[in-house]
Amino acid sequence: MVSNKKGTKVFRTVWMALVLLFLYAPILVMIALSFNASVSRSQWTGFTLSWYVQLFHDPNILGALKTTLEVAVIATVVSTVIGTLGAIGMHSMNTGMASVLINVSYLPMTTPDIVTGVSLMLMFIFAHVPLGKGTMIMAHIAFDIPYVLFSVLPKLKQMNPNLYEAALDLGCHPVKALYKVIVPEIAPGIFTGALLAFTMSLDDFVISYFTSSDIYPNLSRIVYSSTKLGVKPTMYALSTLMFVTILLLLVLINRRTKLENL
Amino acid sequence: MKRSWYATPYALWMLLFAVVPLLFVCWYAFTTPEGHFTLANFQEFAKPRYMGVILRSLKLALYCTALCLVIGYPTAWFLSGRNFNHAQSLVVLILLPMWMNLLLRTYAMMTLLDDNGVLNAALQAIGLQPVKVIGTEGAVLMGLVYNYLPFMVLPIYTVLKKMDYSVIEAAEDLGCNPLRVMTRVVIPMSVPGIVSGVTMVFMPAVTSFAISTLLSHGKLRLAGDLIDYIFNQSSNPTRWNIGSSFSLMMLVLILISIGFLRKVDPDSEGGGMW
Repeated sequence: MVSNKKGTKVFRTVWMALVLLFLYAPILVMIALSFNASVSRSQWTGFTLSWYVQLFHDPNILGALKTTLEVAVIATVVSTVIGTLGAIGMHSMNTGMASVLINVSYLPMTTPDIVTGVSLMLMFIFAHVPLGKGTMIMAHIAFDIPYVLFSVLPKLKQMNPNLYEAALDLGCHPVKALYKVIVPEIAPGIFTGALLAFTMSLDDFVISYFTSSDIYPNLSRIVYSSTKLGVKPTMYALSTLMFVTILLLLVLINRRTKLENL
Repeated sequence: MKRSWYATPYALWMLLFAVVPLLFVCWYAFTTPEGHFTLANFQEFAKPRYMGVILRSLKLALYCTALCLVIGYPTAWFLSGRNFNHAQSLVVLILLPMWMNLLLRTYAMMTLLDDNGVLNAALQAIGLQPVKVIGTEGAVLMGLVYNYLPFMVLPIYTVLKKMDYSVIEAAEDLGCNPLRVMTRVVIPMSVPGIVSGVTMVFMPAVTSFAISTLLSHGKLRLAGDLIDYIFNQSSNPTRWNIGSSFSLMMLVLILISIGFLRKVDPDSEGGGMW
């Protein structure tokens, strides 16, 4: 019986190690190659930072970095405001109306990314809006809003409803009560939502691909086009930086809220 | 002003950028470029070159789902174990890739599997023949499993974690051997998680875009790549319409899967993803 238990433990350890190896080996290999002096992927000829240096001297990549950050920052700010106000509004509605509005948020979360991307592209083309930074920002706001909404709503539910009423009874203007009473109470949820929105925006490839153009590519688009041109170690360097950034953001989010509950 | 009015910008934005675009897909799918009603766009599916892609997508998505279940179930079971010290950090490690850029992860996979990539370099270093992986369905399947495995682990883990452990102890006390505990107690109780996981892997796998293009150097298309390809056929006047009909079919397939999921798992025990 004891040896059986020990056998199970060994099996469990080996199994988990293999799963982790499968999930992380490709990423780790790519990170290692970004520091490889050789262009070849089969030889390690020494440590170098030159790919990173080249990266920051490439005007295309710097332009894409600027586009990516601009889109992410604007989309985060706008979606945080709209999502937070939406959550506050829904919280004070009757449940029927609120559940209709909440269900609208499940739509972009369930629709496959490619269909979301294509559908937005069709609408923009129909409305003669040229694809570019602006269209990418609008699309990002739309898929970011649900993340903000679902981070803020639980905080509103936890909040003591009497606080807001008390502020009004004491003569506080409703708008003032909003930012003096409600917003401070739900601030952690708003911040988590904004972090999530920013991460999702940095992370997105498919929807951006269909709603942007090659004039203002974001970083994912640059990586995707480069795959058709063969190996470029600068792309490994770029991917490594993006991975590390997204990973840090995710760890930060996970400390605030359990990722598995999202 | 009533507080419910604060939801107005939300409602307008979501209407304009989440609901209306889907209506455009429906409109284009059922019309000719001149705007007349037609069902001809859907007949395009029957063309062998399109049908082949769709069948390949379905096949690879099914294989991917099966593999994810076989790998993911034991993983979720171990993670939910009561006497597993590192479980919490392992859960985070295994779920993190869910949220990481699909393109970058596939690109990393491509680096590993490429003809003159890391895998072949390693094989040659130990004196073996290089293998041709990139461009095969196997490589695409591996890329799919790599991308979607965490989506299988999460819902099963959630269900197993919530499971009442005393039920397992009761089964053991009543003389069940470990295998019977697994097949008669644990697995039946985790069905909502399994169904949830199967849907969460199958849906993105069948609509996947770019994974196959990268791992086959554009030779093997899946349904998502096909949509991209059709929309980029600049010489084809019906490309918006045909592309939309394909997108709409994809969406219907997903909605059917979700409907099925809600039926089997009405309380969404398998994670509150939808």
